[in-house]
Amino acid sequence: MTAADWSAVRLTAELAATSTFVLLLVGTPLAWWLARTPSALKPLWASLITLPLVLPPTVLGFYLLLLMGPAGPVGELTRALGIGGLPFTFAGLVVASVISSLPFVVQPLQQAFEAISPRTLEAAATLRAGPWDRFFTVVVPLARPGFLTATVLGFAHTVGEFGVVLMIGGNIPERTRVLSVAVYDHVEAAQFEAAHQLAGLMVVFALAVVLLLYLVNRRRHDSPALA
Amino acid sequence: MIEARLHLQRPGFELSLDAHLPATGVTALFGPSGCGKTTVLRAIAGLERAAGRVVVAGEVWQDDSTGRWVPPHRRALGYVIQEAALFPHLDVNQNLQYGLRRVPAAQRQVPLEQVVELLGIGHLMQRRTTSLSGGERQRVAIARALATSPRLLLMDEPLAALDAARKAEVLPYLDRLQASLRIPVLYVSHSLEEVARLADHLVLMAAGKALAIGPLSDVLSRVDLPQAFGDEAGVVLQARVTERDPSWQLVRLALQGSACTLWARDQGHALQQPVRLRLLARDVGLAISPQSGSSIGNQLPGTVVVMAPDQHPALMLVKVQLQAQAGPPGGADDQPPAVLARLTRRSVQELGLQVGTSVWVLVKMVALMEAVAGSAR
Repeated sequence: MTAADWSAVRLTAELAATSTFVLLLVGTPLAWWLARTPSALKPLWASLITLPLVLPPTVLGFYLLLLMGPAGPVGELTRALGIGGLPFTFAGLVVASVISSLPFVVQPLQQAFEAISPRTLEAAATLRAGPWDRFFTVVVPLARPGFLTATVLGFAHTVGEFGVVLMIGGNIPERTRVLSVAVYDHVEAAQFEAAHQLAGLMVVFALAVVLLLYLVNRRRHDSPALA
Repeated sequence: MIEARLHLQRPGFELSLDAHLPATGVTALFGPSGCGKTTVLRAIAGLERAAGRVVVAGEVWQDDSTGRWVPPHRRALGYVIQEAALFPHLDVNQNLQYGLRRVPAAQRQVPLEQVVELLGIGHLMQRRTTSLSGGERQRVAIARALATSPRLLLMDEPLAALDAARKAEVLPYLDRLQASLRIPVLYVSHSLEEVARLADHLVLMAAGKALAIGPLSDVLSRVDLPQAFGDEAGVVLQARVTERDPSWQLVRLALQGSACTLWARDQGHALQQPVRLRLLARDVGLAISPQSGSSIGNQLPGTVVVMAPDQHPALMLVKVQLQAQAGPPGGADDQPPAVLARLTRRSVQELGLQVGTSVWVLVKMVALMEAVAGSAR
């Protein structure tokens, strides 16, 4: 593989790691709210978060580009804050990846949170645990499989994203050219061997991720302790 | 003293309670499903928000007039529910430690070893909670609550999910708890049998209101509440074992505050041990003269004090005060006990019963089969 290919691998890993971190930070409170709220607006929010799952990535990318562009409200805000424009930057890629991968993180977390009985949390409260204490000593350990699934899916989906990334990031070597875009480049230039190397790498990675999830979930079902 | 003034309005339900309850012993909240007893407990714990005021042992947990609201995790209470709600990701010992670790050392008054010993769970400490039986789970839940040295223990139908055998397994631990730890208990139940065995005070609830509040025997012996108790109307009597007749496997029980004694089957209690007897109104007959040539082994002299209509038009409830103890009148504790008799109106008329009539209370020895062996209080 060429140096350019390696830099695409590194950039992809950085993007996926950063996005996963942000996804967990944003997704956890969102999932918690969705799991516990009696609000009538819950279906609307749940649908909005699920939207990236069904929309063509180019459509999502198009709107994000409009929002973040110089004339868009987000673009104006970032410029006013002195951050500059987000399109065609790494930060822009992170924002786009987070939005497009949000359902993959929120849904497993929400399911894990919903499986925790409110009685268990009330028991913790009557045992002197405050809200944050309850979250970290009861919710997080009980929802651990959900967190694992969310982390793996969030990371993997960011790695596999193409359409949104291309719309927002373009194809700038070292800065926004990630693996999926690099594969596309190689194929366009009829460099099939180079494309094979990167594509094969991604197949192995994807297989490893899915296998890991499968094994983790199986162990959970077999273990009487967590049944 | 526990003060609970609670008001809550929900579609189709209104809770309105103003109760001052003693901060000693077991106070039972008894009533049919949906009468609001669980809501009262949850509001006292702060798990549910009702309007009003909650004061426990001098600490104001809620007072809407001053805007004071102490969140549940800052209230020194223990809470035990039907489902036990143990933490599935922790073993038994870690469950017990969870609450204990969060109580400042200076406020720990109940040593963990004592709690573990009291509830007989020492051999379970390393077990996962999912491998426990229903009775064991409930005992661990009680121990976990007690380990925080609560000022008040709230129990919401802790035995309701258990079958009769598991219930019988847990009940003695509840007796021991009262005898050795002086923690007041609010006990929600819809089982009059549990209430008769465990409670010292009773709050009788229906449709979000308290119909009666008072010492257990006082409330149970009221004749104006037959609907609340239904077929199970009856009294609880305090007695002591005074004599054992091994040839017939019977014991003689001396009723507290009365010269009367009763014969009942021997349930193995030591001499002088206090016991509680539950005597249902339907198992009590009345006669105007002592009976001979009958199988009824217990005849106690008394006086009719109240007569009232019962739930069925053919029936009446008659309250009879048993003969007081001979000698100088004692203190308030030595009030002669009363029993309830459920009779037909025809019998009442045939016997010519009126308030003030001297009668003989007839109790089959077998009826005391219903008797519940109680603890020393």
